[in-house]
Amino acid sequence: MATTLSPPTVSTDPRARLESHSTSATGLAFVSPALVLLVLFFFVPVALCFVLAFTNARLISPEPLRFTGLDNFTRMFSDPLFWHSLRNTAYFAVVVVPVQSGLALLLAILVNKRARGTNIFRTIYFVPVVTSIVVVSILWRFMYAEGGLVNSLLQAATFNLVQGTDWLNNTSTAMPAIMVMSVWQAVGFHMVIWLAGLQTIPEEQYEAAALDGASKWHQFWHITWPGLRDTRTFILVTITIAALSLFAQINVMTNGGPLNSTSTVVYQAVRTGYSQQQTGYASAISLVFFVLVLTISLFQRFLTRDKDLR
Amino acid sequence: MTTTALAAQRPARPGPRPGPQPGTRPGLPGIATTIGHYSGRIVLAAFFGFPIVFMFVSSLKPDTQIFADMGSVKAFLPVGDVSFDNYRTTLETVPAIRFLVNSVIVSGLTVGLGLVVNSMAAFGLSRMQWRGRGLVLSVILATLVVPVETFALPMLWWVNKLPGLTVQDGALLWTEGWLDTYHVQILPFVANAFSIYLYYSYFQSIPKDLDEAARIDGAGWFRIYRSVIMPLSGPATASVAILTFLPAWNQYLWPLMVVQDENLRPVMVGVSYFFQLDIAWGPMMAYATLITVPVLALFLTFQRAFIGSIASSGVKG
Repeated sequence: MATTLSPPTVSTDPRARLESHSTSATGLAFVSPALVLLVLFFFVPVALCFVLAFTNARLISPEPLRFTGLDNFTRMFSDPLFWHSLRNTAYFAVVVVPVQSGLALLLAILVNKRARGTNIFRTIYFVPVVTSIVVVSILWRFMYAEGGLVNSLLQAATFNLVQGTDWLNNTSTAMPAIMVMSVWQAVGFHMVIWLAGLQTIPEEQYEAAALDGASKWHQFWHITWPGLRDTRTFILVTITIAALSLFAQINVMTNGGPLNSTSTVVYQAVRTGYSQQQTGYASAISLVFFVLVLTISLFQRFLTRDKDLR
Repeated sequence: MTTTALAAQRPARPGPRPGPQPGTRPGLPGIATTIGHYSGRIVLAAFFGFPIVFMFVSSLKPDTQIFADMGSVKAFLPVGDVSFDNYRTTLETVPAIRFLVNSVIVSGLTVGLGLVVNSMAAFGLSRMQWRGRGLVLSVILATLVVPVETFALPMLWWVNKLPGLTVQDGALLWTEGWLDTYHVQILPFVANAFSIYLYYSYFQSIPKDLDEAARIDGAGWFRIYRSVIMPLSGPATASVAILTFLPAWNQYLWPLMVVQDENLRPVMVGVSYFFQLDIAWGPMMAYATLITVPVLALFLTFQRAFIGSIASSGVKG
């Protein structure tokens, strides 16, 4: 990298020197490797998503690329599998977002109290987070099997009153089973983020409230909850985006079955765009997904925006 | 395991106060609260820890033994017919070592290149004044809200069109398409807005006087970046390394689509080996253990840095 240093005698005003032409070029040079990669592997693919959705693009095709107007979209909106996938994705997000963020907050409050062994508990709650979702999925697939651990424990705990089911092969239990597993895997991550938020709240506020006779519940609503505003936005947005992007669990555990009861938007996009090589149709599905993710995360930011600024 | 994870980051508080704390009553009710508190923690620890223990233990047993032990506490104990047979079977039937090497190469290079590219970008954005800086920064940060799943399929089509170079019969040839290579698994994940953001906010906390002093001593911008700023940014580098390594090691969707060649496949895609015909659960648990242990070992060794880096990711919404 060329070093560009203007001779110290040229200017005595540091601002003038900093904004010299050569500094501009060097600044851009520092940013350019990242910028080039982001253009190649973010901006171009995102732009392509908008373009290819209106074409007949296939992954490998002898035919030339041709614009087909809204064909992919009319096909998508009349495809029952698309509506199934959309509904399943919404179902997953609507349950997982509140459950996972709530449970994570509960865990954070539980381990925020300093007591003997706190670090060991925090470490154990965090272990699933460093375990890959793919590994977790094959492990739980085994646990959910008909003669698997979950059913055996259910039987043992209820003295054979509850027999359990083949969790992943039952249309009404497959999605809830995947939800439980997904929360189990990721909740430790958000526990740590809540914890970081909790620790920014000054201890003195609690001490003052306790002196005034405020109950634990009052302290939570009037000190903890307002103090976690920024953390809350971050957690809601990240969990929602992750929940809407549900793919690996489905691909490893159910392949969208039984009877499409666990097919999701991303899973359907991969099935059409990769397995069936229909890039155009998959781009249309991705585009809908893109708009969905953006709308929801902007809406959440709006809902949890800084109320003091209004 | 006894190192303090987040505790060390808290502001120092007055030492343990003698006597009962405000809010906790002395005597029996206090003890009951403590017991309640601990039993809650222990039940949760069992919920989070036992499935992983079950995986380790099952990897040591033949399928008959696994199913015989199910439903009793023996499922979580390495007792009975215990051996490393499952590991031998796994290594014989699946190119597991090859997959592990591939994952080390891919995640190692993703982390290494990511540290350089993202810290340089953050340096240019935070230490230097230039026209268009604000625009570039907001364009980079805008990429944060878009998950890779939204554009993975168009990107698959795109990388299949990108030109590459290959050596065939001693001659350099242009090829079309990046599928079945290492770089298609690495390059899309090197530049990362979040890593740039982490470095950027860390660099902002380093006094600008240091740059000025170095410049007066005749150092160029690259010298300042390499010899002044980077050596002071160890904590940011650790965070970025961890936050890049975890998803790189755990990658699934992308390599599933872009790599068919067994010699280039990473560990997570390797699980599909076990989905054929009858599933032998013992060897599958052995494989799962094999690809989890490296990350788990890293986590337990650098626990404080791991949890600290995740915590730092949520500081600003």
